[in-house]
Amino acid sequence: MRKAVAAPYLVWMAVFIVVPLGLIVLFAFTDSSGAFTLEHISQVGKYAGVIWRSILLAAISTVICLVLAYPLAFIISRKPENKQRTFLMLVMLPMWMNFLLRTYAWMTLLENTGLINRLLGLFGLGPFQMINTQGAVVLGMVYNYIPYMILPLYSVMVKIEPHIIEAAQDLGADSLNVLWKVLIPLSKTGIVTGITMVFVPAASTFIISKMLGGGTNLMVGDLIEMQFLGNAYNPNLGSAISLLLMVLILVCMFVMKSIDTEEEMEGMLL
Amino acid sequence: MLKKRLQATMMAAIAAAIAAAPLPSVHALEVSDSGYYDALKGQNVSLNVYNWGEYISDGSEGSADVNAEFEALTGIKVNYSTFATNEELYAKLQSGAVSYDIIIPSDYMIARMIREGLVQKLDLSQIPAVSNINPTYMNAAFDPTGEYSVPYTWGTVGIIYNTAKVTEPVDSWDILWNENYKGDILMFSNPRDALMIAEKKLGYSMNTTDESEIRAAFEELKKQKPLVQGYVMDEIFDKMGSGEAAVAPYYAGDAITMIEDNPDLAFISPKEGTNTFIDSICIPSDATNVQAAHMYINFLCEPEVAAANIEAIGYSTPNSAAFLLLDEETRNSPISYPEQEIMDKAETFLVLPDEVNTLVDQLWTSLLSTSAAADEKSQNGSGVVPIVIVLAVAVGASLWVMVSRKKKIKAMEIPEDDDRDQDEEYEDDDEDEQK
Repeated sequence: MRKAVAAPYLVWMAVFIVVPLGLIVLFAFTDSSGAFTLEHISQVGKYAGVIWRSILLAAISTVICLVLAYPLAFIISRKPENKQRTFLMLVMLPMWMNFLLRTYAWMTLLENTGLINRLLGLFGLGPFQMINTQGAVVLGMVYNYIPYMILPLYSVMVKIEPHIIEAAQDLGADSLNVLWKVLIPLSKTGIVTGITMVFVPAASTFIISKMLGGGTNLMVGDLIEMQFLGNAYNPNLGSAISLLLMVLILVCMFVMKSIDTEEEMEGMLL
Repeated sequence: MLKKRLQATMMAAIAAAIAAAPLPSVHALEVSDSGYYDALKGQNVSLNVYNWGEYISDGSEGSADVNAEFEALTGIKVNYSTFATNEELYAKLQSGAVSYDIIIPSDYMIARMIREGLVQKLDLSQIPAVSNINPTYMNAAFDPTGEYSVPYTWGTVGIIYNTAKVTEPVDSWDILWNENYKGDILMFSNPRDALMIAEKKLGYSMNTTDESEIRAAFEELKKQKPLVQGYVMDEIFDKMGSGEAAVAPYYAGDAITMIEDNPDLAFISPKEGTNTFIDSICIPSDATNVQAAHMYINFLCEPEVAAANIEAIGYSTPNSAAFLLLDEETRNSPISYPEQEIMDKAETFLVLPDEVNTLVDQLWTSLLSTSAAADEKSQNGSGVVPIVIVLAVAVGASLWVMVSRKKKIKAMEIPEDDDRDQDEEYEDDDEDEQK
């Protein structure tokens, strides 16, 4: 009976997840005529710089998201329930708009003749070069992905009883100790989920770097897109890069998971 | 002029439609032989059309809705969808997942599709209106026998610049390498178009397959990179319109639209020569409704239909009869219909061999992804680097797990640790009480 209920999802998974993944692996290890080759995998090395930059920028964005979202999620979780709903709405609100449109709006904000520089110009400042820099790409990623950090953090934190914090304070812990010894251990699962949910899409993002990075801050997502929709049409190389990116992300998630299980074990010990 | 007439006829059509809905004989766009279009009536035929975005007169702003007109005239249902690049179209056709009856690729892509057997020969006897097409545009180099494609639009690439910012006379691609406009120059984010500019600047053919020439052209692009504000495509509309950038290469038809929005802008065709592109209508080899597809091509070649499309798109028309229907200003526009001298030096893109395409893509990626200093390093890099990264992270991860497990075991084995912690906590409490 239980199996029957799961069947639609299993079919969905097989058709739309397992088969495409298998195709990516197949394409990555074959050439255009279908013969086995390692050529494309080794070619990926040429793009190491791009991959490295993508991971670095994604990591920076993830850290910024975490630092910004953590206090916010805590503050929201301490509000009365009706206010919590309002704040969560405000977090979700920008996501109702199309992702592309929001990024496009940042373009007009950051341009040298854009709104921010014009405003600063009124005070005789600038213009500052903001668009077409790596900073702009990071900003775009933080802006677009921060809700994915806030939501899991919030859902974990809202379950932390205020008594626990009060108890810690009663026992003489200052705020730093409360944060370090009580809040962070209790919200660890939220942190891990948040990091995964921001880092993974950020590492493979492709349009943000094109729009805010001026096309010169190429990321691995752009690179993969170029293989499929570019001049040379090389789906084999595109698959090889995708496969490597997947392995990298899997490894990152594995590291995250190991922190997560450690947390569970601690829970068992207590 | 024409627009007004179209509007009037449209109004008449709407009025007629309101008065008596089933009256198919009233059409806004006139066709030469309406009997021709009756052949498939009432047979529930549908036609899958795959065209560029915003590349047809679709009824917006009072223009004629070409697809709706075709449906009313023939009883064939048109399923219309759009693509953004030739490469996207190619990838879709290659995958074989969808079947289209009409596609409108550009020159070099048509050559590639002919080579790979993705498009079929047309039966020109089924397209009588093809006689409207100016023979100059038939039998172009990409389809020398003219059997596979019927030209839809054409245009040139030139330089669009802001006369408020660029004071010196502009007549050459060199302006895109001019230090005075550092940070104000935009460039194509499409390797073939960008490479074409560098090749023309150096006096090469834009269809060269000589590796040293291609590398030299990329050297030129590398020199240009510090001056370039961004590598963009459609963003050029925004950035040139708002004055964010001063000079950019772009398509003539779009330049007209930009100049309408910002009168400071001007457009020239460079003296070194440029690219003439021709977008032509083709029928893929796996099309299901070949007869209906021929009918659709014929409809697009009807002078009034072609003129309505050109008015909507803003590109140049290869259709001589439609050209005569355009208003005088458009007909005399040096942007849309440049002088013979410029056309003589212009070239059409041809398809490059696979290995040249691969080389171009590689050089392009390294151009975009690396700063000038780091360039050499990354080109010499082999497959070692990513593998080292993966291994390092994997080793780090497993170490982490091992260490944290050991900690756990220790914590379980030595309960004294916990006792000590508790003692400390008791002491803390004592201190609090004393306070």
